[in-house]
Amino acid sequence: MSADQKQGPYSSNSEAVRLELSQIDASIRSAALFFVIAAITWLLIGTVFALLVAVKAHQPNFASTFEFLTFGRVRSAHLNAMALGWASNIIFAVGLWIMARLCRAPINHKGILFIAGVFWNIGLTVGIFGILRGDITSVEWLEIPKYATPLLAISYALIGVWGVMAFRFRKGDHVYVSQWYILAALFWFPWLYVVAQVMIIWFPARGVVQSVTNWWFAHNVLGLWFTPMALATAYYLIPKVLGRPIYSYYLSVLGFWALAIFYNWAGIHHLIGGPIPVWLISAGIVASVMMVIPVVVVGINHHMSVVGLYKEVWRSPTLRFVVFGAISYTLVSLIGSAMALRTVSEITHFTHFTVGHAHHGVYAFFTMIMFGGVYYMMPRLLKREWPSSFLIKLHFWACALGITIMIVALQVGGWIQGLEMNNAEIPFLEVVQNTIPWLKARSVSGLFLTVGHIAFAANFFWMLFAAGAVRAKQGPTLLGSNEGGSAR
Amino acid sequence: MKNLPLLFCGIFFALAFSFTGLILTSHIQIGSLTQTTETLEATDDLDENGMPVMVLAEGEPLYPAMPVGLAQQGKEVYISMGCIYCHSQQVRRNEFGADIERGWGPRQTVARDYILQERVLLGTMRTGPDLAHLGGRYAGDAGRDWNHLHLYNPQIVSKGSTMPPFAFLYDVRQITSKPSEEALTFPPNSEYAPEAGYEVVPTRRAKALVEYLLSLKINYSLPEAPILE
Repeated sequence: MSADQKQGPYSSNSEAVRLELSQIDASIRSAALFFVIAAITWLLIGTVFALLVAVKAHQPNFASTFEFLTFGRVRSAHLNAMALGWASNIIFAVGLWIMARLCRAPINHKGILFIAGVFWNIGLTVGIFGILRGDITSVEWLEIPKYATPLLAISYALIGVWGVMAFRFRKGDHVYVSQWYILAALFWFPWLYVVAQVMIIWFPARGVVQSVTNWWFAHNVLGLWFTPMALATAYYLIPKVLGRPIYSYYLSVLGFWALAIFYNWAGIHHLIGGPIPVWLISAGIVASVMMVIPVVVVGINHHMSVVGLYKEVWRSPTLRFVVFGAISYTLVSLIGSAMALRTVSEITHFTHFTVGHAHHGVYAFFTMIMFGGVYYMMPRLLKREWPSSFLIKLHFWACALGITIMIVALQVGGWIQGLEMNNAEIPFLEVVQNTIPWLKARSVSGLFLTVGHIAFAANFFWMLFAAGAVRAKQGPTLLGSNEGGSAR
Repeated sequence: MKNLPLLFCGIFFALAFSFTGLILTSHIQIGSLTQTTETLEATDDLDENGMPVMVLAEGEPLYPAMPVGLAQQGKEVYISMGCIYCHSQQVRRNEFGADIERGWGPRQTVARDYILQERVLLGTMRTGPDLAHLGGRYAGDAGRDWNHLHLYNPQIVSKGSTMPPFAFLYDVRQITSKPSEEALTFPPNSEYAPEAGYEVVPTRRAKALVEYLLSLKINYSLPEAPILE
């Protein structure tokens, strides 16, 4: 075990360190709270859109008289509310908080951060209204109309710079793996976003160069924005909660660089069989398969860090979610690499399989880890405990079951859809009808997720507002045996 | 990892690498494509490989053709309704999927087919069928009528479809003096037909959208993608 490992972020027993962290928490409290509230609000709004879309997929006449509720628009409102509302706000909260703590640098001029956050959410609100009223761009992952995107870009720049500032004024010599991921993602996301906006919306590139740029961007939102932030959170929380360091420093270095090099080439696999030069597609496939390296490396590193401590993982609300997310990361990434192979893509491309895969990544992996991050962060920001362990368990089980049902339904149904679609003997309408039972199962899974989100939001706002009763509670809220018992 | 300039260079070049490799390179390769005639003619000049230099056939029309008028406005409607989220516009090569067997197009589409489109709508979902050659499958007045009925309510002509109705693109109005020539003709005893004395007429947006759909067709060869008989 090297000196590097020993300086990791894991449980800080010294009073001086705790005091310092407490001061850093205080410096970011108002901004982080704002981002969490915004994120949870968007999560609920996005859930309503999701339910509408899910039902419309098998009941086409449902709410179809209103133009603004037509499938293509609500679906895009859902995607943007989740990706830029829930996911990005929660990244701003958890990511910046972890960055500040690891850099041991309090956030200064937090007023600007707060205002930038307000404008990010104003821009997004305008954008979602724009989508619903018909100004949608019909460019996947970039649906927000162009009158709202500059505001988003400027707000982002003002938010992202805070992470870089914390890094610039960090104390101490050591830079932990979470800091690499957060720093890189803060830098990658604006680059991707600006290039995609310019080359597709503002000064459209010629022909299918737009499509190449589109999927370079869209896949990298997942790969270079959500993924590094979720991995940074997992790398931070696992040692923190368990009180022992990450298994291997060298594996974390390898995992980071392999992701940085390979992930950003992979998006072209969304165009397999499409009207673009074959060499581009082949490059995308090679990169997608090479992603097995960082995925397996990170998987081993996380697994070896929790091995033998499963009881603690299960008792901790934070780690129950984080470990679910970490396992999902391994699974979804390996499935993703397989989907990039031409023979598999021939079946899964253009089907609901891809939709299932997207939710596997953004929800079962990213969102579950971020839920874990919120469970860990809030007590430290508010100096209060979570009021109800029942609601946490309800949240976990509803979401874990819901997302599992969704992934299985869409991927089994999508696979069948793909096989049937490739058989010209089967009339297309029959292919469509055979997807309906699976789409109904997806709607059921949506109800589970809704229950989970309501439990989460209820617990959160209870904690936020009903302070008196909660503050008196002794020790952290744990799940399972001796609840509310010994503080670690 | 304490060498921060190195860390930052790594972060920068990782993305710069794919930006150059995927975006800039394809921009150079595809960005220079131009319209062409269906076949090329050989000249007497030889290129560096000793092959004859090929030029455009004189007097032949250029493809892909410029999009025109009402169809262009219809594309805006297609975009604003989010049709792309269920319909692709790309035909894959023979033997890869069943696109050509299903009649979705007479040949695979290639990069050149899209060069004149200000917004490219390849799409990645086929909840509904591919539309790259829709105008070839439903042509003329019959195709126009079919598409209007289908948009008004897909169940009329495609029972069991999961496509949502776009009835809000149509006006249901009382017939005053004589029926409009543009009114939709429903099949006999259709449950979706308006009550007696009323008619369903397309709005300007519906008309534009249908013209756009009818304009989607692959009825020309390209030197790199000929239509085989």
